Amino acid sequence: MDPVTTDGTLLYLSDLTPGLIATVVAFIGDLERTKRLREMGLLPGTKVKFVRWAPMGDPLEIELRGYRLSLRRHEAELIQVQLVS
Amino acid sequence: MSTTLPAKTLTFALVGNPNCGKTTIFNALTGLRQKIGNYPGVTVEKKVGSFFTQHGEKRDLIDLPGTYSLVPQSPDERVTRDTLLGLQSDTPAPDRVICVLDASNLERNLYLATQVLEVGLPTIVVLNMMDMAAARGEKIDLELLSEHLGCPVVGATANHSDGLLTLRVALSQPARANLHPRKDFVDTDNVSEAAISARYDQIGIIANGVTTYSDIHADDRTDRLDAVLTHPVWGWVVFLGLMGLMFWSIFVFASYPMDLIDILFSKVKEIILGNMFPGDLRDLFTSGILAGVGGVIKFLPQILILFLFIGLLEDSGYMARAAFIMDRVMSRVGLHGKSFIPLLSSYACAIPGIMATRTIESPRDRLATILVAPFMSCSARLPVYGLMISTLIPGGVASAGEKAGIMMLMYLLGTAAAFFFALLFKRTFLRGEPPPLVLELPPYRLPGLFTVLQHMLSRAKAFLTRAGTLILGLSILLWFLSTFPKTDAGLSGSFAGRIGHFIEPALTPLGFNWKIGIGLIGAQAAREVFVSTMGIVYSIDGADKNTEPLRLALLKDHWPDGCLVFTPLVALCIMVFFVFSMQCIATLAVVKRETNSWRWPAFQFFYMTTFAYLVTLALYQAGRALGY
Repeated sequence: MDPVTTDGTLLYLSDLTPGLIATVVAFIGDLERTKRLREMGLLPGTKVKFVRWAPMGDPLEIELRGYRLSLRRHEAELIQVQLVS
Repeated sequence: MSTTLPAKTLTFALVGNPNCGKTTIFNALTGLRQKIGNYPGVTVEKKVGSFFTQHGEKRDLIDLPGTYSLVPQSPDERVTRDTLLGLQSDTPAPDRVICVLDASNLERNLYLATQVLEVGLPTIVVLNMMDMAAARGEKIDLELLSEHLGCPVVGATANHSDGLLTLRVALSQPARANLHPRKDFVDTDNVSEAAISARYDQIGIIANGVTTYSDIHADDRTDRLDAVLTHPVWGWVVFLGLMGLMFWSIFVFASYPMDLIDILFSKVKEIILGNMFPGDLRDLFTSGILAGVGGVIKFLPQILILFLFIGLLEDSGYMARAAFIMDRVMSRVGLHGKSFIPLLSSYACAIPGIMATRTIESPRDRLATILVAPFMSCSARLPVYGLMISTLIPGGVASAGEKAGIMMLMYLLGTAAAFFFALLFKRTFLRGEPPPLVLELPPYRLPGLFTVLQHMLSRAKAFLTRAGTLILGLSILLWFLSTFPKTDAGLSGSFAGRIGHFIEPALTPLGFNWKIGIGLIGAQAAREVFVSTMGIVYSIDGADKNTEPLRLALLKDHWPDGCLVFTPLVALCIMVFFVFSMQCIATLAVVKRETNSWRWPAFQFFYMTTFAYLVTLALYQAGRALGY
């Protein structure tokens, strides 16, 4: 179940579309799978920009801390984000 | 600090994130004074070189595998951590650490740097890619950063050889003690979110303190390039175009130096023939050593061109995009986007392909990629396909279209088998949740010519020493087997002939006779040896160079009952057998080296050759049943 808050702004990283900017809220599920992402600086409070999906719809590309990173939908679904309006 | 020379050579270690230019600095410092080996018990490449300080003192330099963190997630990263902590069994703890950072990506690079400093060894930080940072409008205060980190900081743009002299000077000075409290990073396999956050908070303060941002940060070249290169349509066009160009170059440009090497070896052969007395020793040199070693060295141009392309693609930042585009395709068969380049390289030769699997973090994925890589039709199969296609087409001369069509079919068969077995292995004994993809997409930049050339040369050196020594031994062995014992029956009575007769019962169901059997045994050394072995078997000299007369000799060969041996069906069966079977001892030796046990090359040999046998058996029997 999507834990979307009442104002509907709490999403997963995988729900974003190109150009949107969001802040990471929390990591859910198997934390071991996303540990390296946190070590790469993707942490609660980090601002990320969704850049694009790969041509075949997976993986996806984001921008954080001034660099570009690619991860799969599978992991992006474990990252809750909040849109920065 | 004493001024006397130290009794033992001090060891320095290079550490840094992937893509930070660490290897460029390693190459710049050591030149070609490098040795590539393995760490014991793991499949990790160990690169050690040496350089001299300004005072003429020798220093050993270890290029540790690139990592984002000292909390390891792969065997490579474990080696980096263990070496720094002095836990790596065969490697002494380094006397000094050179920690390379990408200045244009300061925050994330400082994550590793702050961990490295906490190991407590004397450390020098090299802030590399200063030009990229400047292009982003970022100015970093090196002195202030040095104060924050408590260690010397050197700025550099190693790609353009900037700052290397300063680094050499810094490395020539006595080490400054590291005052950080030592941490072990051993019992930290569960790094908490809080600990990571705290480190990044500290880093944020440092990074903001030392960086001044100017307003003119408008470098959108990477954005504009990516808009095309990862575009749903144009991305594929460029990707396929680049891959096509790479193959075309490998086959077209390499053919000239390959011909030259052929000419060179035949000249050497003439000289030997003219200056040595006829006899076994002369034969050993001409038919054994020259034929075998020459056959391998001939492929050096293709390997150089392949690594030129790989180097250019890697250094420009495109390689990460290729993995980005291909990840979805590769994940269908349970592999990673990063498996794509090794498999692609294997079309030229499985040896560099298998060496290229080192970038794959997951040991299971890496093993799966290594196990299926030899299915990709390598250039050594080309001469075999060429000979067989010429006997297959009844009219004699095949049209270019027919040749290309059959050739393409063989490439497709091999690729399909690679994907099928990758999927099978990933579903069975290499089962496991797909490892998370964490792929950095670095900004595009112009590749450094020096970097790319050195990459090429070091790979060429590795190819020549490894494959060369092995092939030399095997060529001598093969020559011995086909020469002795000397009987009136000629080849038929030699060890090779006897082996051919011995295995014939197993080959008859595939439509192969004992002579083809000898060819297959010769092909175990290297696939293209099949052609020269068939030449010897059918007593045609120079069969390597001109397949026409050999083709006619093959077409005349018949079974004792008078039926022709080389029917179109048999020619096709031989090709199919070559597509699937594992026949290259040099590849097996590299697999042994990469997996550190004979278990995997043995398994690979067994499963591929069995599969080849069964498919060829089915094809021949079905073909016979249908009246071919």
